[in-house]
Amino acid sequence: MSGCDNDDKDTSRREFIKTVLDAGAKTFTFGSLICITAKLRLPEAGASDGVVQKELQMPAIYGFLVDTMKCIGCGSCVRADKAENDVPEQYFRTWVEQYTFYENGEVVVNSPKGASEGFAEKGRAFQPKGDEKPVKGFFVPKLCNHCINTPCIQVCPVGASYKTPEGVVLVDKKTCVGCGYCVQACPFGSRYIHPVTNVADKCTWCYHRISKGLKPACVLACPVGARTFGNVNDANSEISKALRENRVQVLKSYMGTNPRTRYIGLDSEVI
Amino acid sequence: MHHFFAEGYVLPNQIQIWWTCMIVLYPYITGIVAGAFIISSLYHVFHKEDLKPVARFAMLMALAFLLFAPTPLLAHLGHPERAFNIMFMPNVTSAMAGFGFIYLMYMLILVIEIWLLYREDIVFLSKNASTRVMRKVYWLLSLGVDDVSAEAKRLDHKIMMFLAAIGIPAACTLHGYVGFLFGSIKGNPWWATPLMPVIFLLSAVVSGIAMVLICYLAIQWVKKRPVDGACVQSLVEYLWYFLIVDVTLELLELINHAYMQNHDWEILKELLTQKLFFSLFVVQLGFGSFVPFVVLGALVIFRKRFSEKARSRLGFASAIILLVQVLAMRWNVVIGGQTFSKSLRGFLGFDIEFWGREGLLFTVVLFAMPFLALWVMSRVLPLWGPVSTFPKKYLRGGS
Repeated sequence: MSGCDNDDKDTSRREFIKTVLDAGAKTFTFGSLICITAKLRLPEAGASDGVVQKELQMPAIYGFLVDTMKCIGCGSCVRADKAENDVPEQYFRTWVEQYTFYENGEVVVNSPKGASEGFAEKGRAFQPKGDEKPVKGFFVPKLCNHCINTPCIQVCPVGASYKTPEGVVLVDKKTCVGCGYCVQACPFGSRYIHPVTNVADKCTWCYHRISKGLKPACVLACPVGARTFGNVNDANSEISKALRENRVQVLKSYMGTNPRTRYIGLDSEVI
Repeated sequence: MHHFFAEGYVLPNQIQIWWTCMIVLYPYITGIVAGAFIISSLYHVFHKEDLKPVARFAMLMALAFLLFAPTPLLAHLGHPERAFNIMFMPNVTSAMAGFGFIYLMYMLILVIEIWLLYREDIVFLSKNASTRVMRKVYWLLSLGVDDVSAEAKRLDHKIMMFLAAIGIPAACTLHGYVGFLFGSIKGNPWWATPLMPVIFLLSAVVSGIAMVLICYLAIQWVKKRPVDGACVQSLVEYLWYFLIVDVTLELLELINHAYMQNHDWEILKELLTQKLFFSLFVVQLGFGSFVPFVVLGALVIFRKRFSEKARSRLGFASAIILLVQVLAMRWNVVIGGQTFSKSLRGFLGFDIEFWGREGLLFTVVLFAMPFLALWVMSRVLPLWGPVSTFPKKYLRGGS
């Protein structure tokens, strides 16, 4: 019987340990849940959705990478952007430039209608110029560089141009006085005064989409993956990998604006 | 409507020159303010007695032009109704955000100084103006202070001296700041130079002195009053001096661009030799600077050989040419800087429109407004000297 007693004792000890561990695990789980819930509840006190992400991991800092080696100049990005953001007909939040190098050393750059209709005139993108045959050619998609040291925000007299915590440069349409100083200050021609709203307008990296975890319209529309967008603070993101694996350059680096839009395969002729 | 045309490769968003006539007019008007104020201060602070005949007028001219200095900016804004955002929510890193504050500070200095300058006259007129309404107006202008004792006047003078003294740096700030608005735009190689504020300031002084000289002579001639030869000679001398320093710096900037040949030189060379050749080398530098330099130089160096009449006429002609020179300079900076694309590979065309908010007609009307204001002031305050010079018909018992 004593054996039985022992067994019983063992059983009850085991039971006890099990119960304690179980209770501990449950408490831990419950406690963690309370903690997480508490954390999740915090932003409800008036902060934006982005705060949840901030509490749990490094803040997202967005970057944009353009691979000029991949771009085929189809203009899908320009059309997608126009449709997504209701961009006025004569202006562009993104456009594609075509660079054609001729035998005599001449370089011709153009971007008819911002490349919204592509470059496939006569079925060939790179046309001969008189007797001169094109010897080299490529396309360079352009958009707001969302500079870190941005001159447009610096010069805005009323603070209507601002930067989000993720590094996106935006314009507050309700504050902008439409002086055009930012349009003058941007070295890249990324801004314009909207002909209807009379305020400064520019590429937002589709902020309304990216703040919901979606990709910018131009990135989605690109059939060859020439545009990569993502969180550069996340080492596993597509853009972080691409930035690690490639040598990248920015436009007009001598301006010291420190653009967040970077390029693969920029030629020295690209300004 | 504007007719847009472009050559070479122009960035797609640069389909039009955005800052046009209004932004040319704005520094032109503020420049005249700064120049006129400096002439007035040369008398009131530096006691250049020769300038006494125009000292009061120059001060009121500064006010008349200052009153209308913001109007071209307002007319240009996409949202003029939000103009006060610039003062209610200024962005401290923006040069432009300083405008409202610099403008108000300068306006305050100028108005108080003019009030002190005219206080004795205002008190006199509040008792002796021809109509009751005007006497009431002068009483209001006097702010109810009618103490014109020697002691009160001494205090007035002290405050005036102090205000004039801080008014000079204020005038320099106002116009140097306008130059900085352009000079600090690093994205534009034709604008980005630390010389810009200095050039703007000096050309401002040139245009202000020229405008004072022109108005003084024109009014004296129309009214058939004698011209003060010493005053004209003094204005001519200052004009010549400031012209020399101004044009030297303008040339220095050009030579610097041409000599350094930075990455932007290719496009600047084309800008200077093709697009701005007429307005820069012919109007601004050739005709606008060289001719007055020679004529005014002759008036200064061979002063004894010229009759007073010849001096006045040559001074008048030179001053008009210099007003054109300074206008051309503003044009070449403002329009010139937007004529080439930021692609540095192409040019934008620009035709002045006649009608419209940025049109020629509106520009001329806006530029006429300070003269209208000056005319109104001349009905209220004696422009040229003490109240004894005021037309008798405005005084009680006058005809």
